Amino acid sequence: MDKVYSSAKEAIADIPDGATIAIAGFFTAGVPRVLLKALIAKGVKNLTLACGCGPLVGAPEELAQLVKNKQLKRVIDSYGLYRSASKGAKDPFEQAVRAGEIELRIYPMGTLAERYRAAAAGIPAFYTPTGVGSVVEEELISNIEDQRKKKETRIFLGKRYVLEYALPPHFAFVHAYMGDREGNLRYRMTARNFNPIMAAAAGVTIAEVENLVEPGKLAPDDIHTPGIYVKRVVQVPRPKFAITID
Amino acid sequence: MKFEGLSREMIALRASKEIKDGDYVNLGIGIPTLISNWIEGRDVILQSEIGMLKTGPLALGEGVDQDLINASCQPVALLPGTACFDIVESFSMIRSGRMDVVVMGALQVDEQGDYAGWANPARGLMGVGNIGGSMDLAVGAKKLLITMEHITNDGQPKIVKELTYPATTEGKVNMIFTDLAVIEVTPKGLLLKEVYPGLTPEDIQSVTEPKLIISPDMKEIEL
Repeated sequence: MDKVYSSAKEAIADIPDGATIAIAGFFTAGVPRVLLKALIAKGVKNLTLACGCGPLVGAPEELAQLVKNKQLKRVIDSYGLYRSASKGAKDPFEQAVRAGEIELRIYPMGTLAERYRAAAAGIPAFYTPTGVGSVVEEELISNIEDQRKKKETRIFLGKRYVLEYALPPHFAFVHAYMGDREGNLRYRMTARNFNPIMAAAAGVTIAEVENLVEPGKLAPDDIHTPGIYVKRVVQVPRPKFAITID
Repeated sequence: MKFEGLSREMIALRASKEIKDGDYVNLGIGIPTLISNWIEGRDVILQSEIGMLKTGPLALGEGVDQDLINASCQPVALLPGTACFDIVESFSMIRSGRMDVVVMGALQVDEQGDYAGWANPARGLMGVGNIGGSMDLAVGAKKLLITMEHITNDGQPKIVKELTYPATTEGKVNMIFTDLAVIEVTPKGLLLKEVYPGLTPEDIQSVTEPKLIISPDMKEIEL
């Protein structure tokens, strides 16, 4: 079973307008930037990018281009904006969020992790203690007023919990340190983060790998993402970037 | 009235004394991160929500590896025994109450132990903001410490009767460390335990909205 595609362009060729794509990575670590660049080149629009913790803050050139091309309908994240208010005021993404041109939906990070996990595990929804006593308990947080919805809560053993739903993306873009032709993946240190759970949650997972190896080169005990979750593999150069966010 | 007080580094030093050997600890962005400078060499294990236990000190020069960052996006070093794992594992250990101590910055804390740290309405972002891991960390912490300046840049109290900013969590804060004072959140109210040398309880009260209870053992902050 050979899942290798010759280029990122070929690997994302069937992504349609309106797709929901999970983008792995935590700020600068483990972000699938080659696949993001291919998405920009393809020019598909009306996209929902489902993130975990600021992969687009960690890939500012790609984000600026996606905003400029008006490809984004919605971004889901726990940390989607610059920390610095002055830097944010000049950021094209934040300007589009303020103008209501892009919908930004915010969740606690652990709730997002669990929403992907539920999707990966075939569980439709779950109760979590996170967000109780905050607006998260009462409503979906969004910059678009009519997207705000009340959430259900329930008391278990005297404590209140919030109902959150599985988040199954159509596609996932992940970045791995090593992968074989059959889609088994291994990540490196803190570049692992959201990669394995998004790979498992999506309908079609596309993996960019720094090192492409033959089956058998990754020892069975060293595989983080089993190949069943990965539909396509593309080899990319090891990225180089500045480690910084503002 | 603006009083002279501790620097951010010294607030971090004072808060670091509340961490016991053997504790698993998560430090938020800002003053909390500075605590890592004061616990080097101690038997304390730092968790970073990106997916790391036994997070090492900041890495410099040759030691920088782009696949090894903390949750504030700073390059860090490995230590003997450092473990890396994925985000689901990371938040499972956070949410299920394994963190002995969590230290966070705050925009406001109120006398019920609620705190606000994720959205500043003044930024005018229509209610959205960066939550990150703060709500999971706050809900799962065995002990939640807040480190912050006592008042805002324009002189408003940050310790208030009721939050006016959006809450991160309710009723979870145990202690507040500022440049001017150390305050414990108790069921009866805020207990003033330590003050910056030279300041009186009346001085602290003048920049604090809720009524403070003065501890009978109140003393000057010791570093």
